[in-house]
Amino acid sequence: MGVIDVTNVSFAYEKDLVLENISLTVEKEDFLAIIGPNGGGKSTFLKLILGILKPQKGTVRVLGKEPSKNLSQIGYVPQNTNVNTDFPIKVIEVVMMGHVGGTRPLFGYGQGEIGCAMGALAQVGMEAYADKKIGSLSGGQRQRVMIARALCAHPSILILDEPTASIDVAGQRDIYELLRALSKSVTIIVVSHDISVILEYANKAAHINKTLSYHDISNKEKTFPAHARGEHFCEVELLQMLGSKSGCDTSEPGNKWRTKP
Amino acid sequence: MIEALSYGFIQHALIAGVLVSLASGIIGSLIVVNRMVFLAGGIAHASYGGIGMAVFLGLPIFIGASLFAVAAALLVSVLTLKKRERIDTFIGLIWAVGMAIGVILIDITPGYNVDMMSYLFGSILAVSSEDLYFMGALLGVIVAVMLFWYRDILAVSYDSEYAALRGVHVRFFYTLILILSALTVVIAIKVVGLILVIAMLTIPVYIAEKLSNSLAQMMLYSGLIATFFTLAGLAVSYAYNLTSGASIIVISAVGLGLFLLLHKRV
Repeated sequence: MGVIDVTNVSFAYEKDLVLENISLTVEKEDFLAIIGPNGGGKSTFLKLILGILKPQKGTVRVLGKEPSKNLSQIGYVPQNTNVNTDFPIKVIEVVMMGHVGGTRPLFGYGQGEIGCAMGALAQVGMEAYADKKIGSLSGGQRQRVMIARALCAHPSILILDEPTASIDVAGQRDIYELLRALSKSVTIIVVSHDISVILEYANKAAHINKTLSYHDISNKEKTFPAHARGEHFCEVELLQMLGSKSGCDTSEPGNKWRTKP
Repeated sequence: MIEALSYGFIQHALIAGVLVSLASGIIGSLIVVNRMVFLAGGIAHASYGGIGMAVFLGLPIFIGASLFAVAAALLVSVLTLKKRERIDTFIGLIWAVGMAIGVILIDITPGYNVDMMSYLFGSILAVSSEDLYFMGALLGVIVAVMLFWYRDILAVSYDSEYAALRGVHVRFFYTLILILSALTVVIAIKVVGLILVIAMLTIPVYIAEKLSNSLAQMMLYSGLIATFFTLAGLAVSYAYNLTSGASIIVISAVGLGLFLLLHKRV
């Protein structure tokens, strides 16, 4: 049993099939990158794992249970964290939203919850900003706070939807370095258009476009021989490689994927 | 002006002004951060239907207006959850239809000829003891709800999608905010009238938002600023013999203008 088991799942909004017979097992030590074209079903797939949507066929299990029964095991960082930046809310209050159910005091927040939230902020290097208004932070800092919010309930899985979409290049690298450090203790799933993640940080990749193809890319030299030799290939080519239905282990990937003679 | 304080009706007006200002500071903050200003306007105007109903059936005005406003709030809540993208259309409908029902009910009430202007523009100088109990009780309920459920209401207001993922019952709290807004609108009608309610719920909140780091702070500041504007407006209204509701709103607007000027310079 993996941390997440998706078995033969199909999903349709109205009548249009968005995901067709998808199966995927995510292991504990995985850093999984989910890629694919817009409208290919990536977000739908996340919503199934988060229990927001229920599959019409097949099953989704998080640590052996239905996602909605295991809410505290999943930390989620939504795509757009630039909404509501005028809202009068302190960083620490945003992080404490991450607590789920459990014991809570009659009024306000418990000392344990505050300590836990400060710990999560320390994990992402933002503890100095606890009493700042969320709107006064930069995009990258805000993203860190959202990651702290997701870590607040001590999840075993961290799911991020386009975590670097609105952050400058230096900030993106910081976020991914943070995720790499976190991946030692937490399973990480990232939806991203950002190919550098796949090349440098993830050890598994899933390409979703109605169907899913899965790749173990922990061995970078074997998977991306051109990259390993310092050659360059463009995003489209990479997506084509990972999107090819034949999978990774078929004959001579080196020849098939070589982009320059 | 001091001798005015010995009159019972002035004392009632002052107490009502403070109670309603504190309530509208708290609820106005929620309305503004949840982007429900237009919605609150719709409920305020729809409650005119409740005033008409109360007049027609011979019920106390507060009861009729409260029932009608809460019903409008529940209707809005159901419609928002079903057809979020069309909500502005429905609010516009509720806004106008509620008023129309009120006008017709008053038309067909035999022998009724009281000036309905007092409900449109407020009648703070005619507050009864019962009115004060109602206002005090509502403020008590609002404060209790905020103390008890602050973190849930904060989560739902800031990021309802995430709150739902964390197991917060978003629909319940959204409806609760709407119902408390409806009841606050009803008591604010007594002070500034249903046409001017929106200004009372938003001007102090707008100033407080600039000064606050948290929602609780914003509610407190809004309540205090609203109280100041209400009392200042009443004083002006007494001194120059002007309509009280309109005076309160104009004082608030002047206050907002001054604040923006000074705030920019700092």
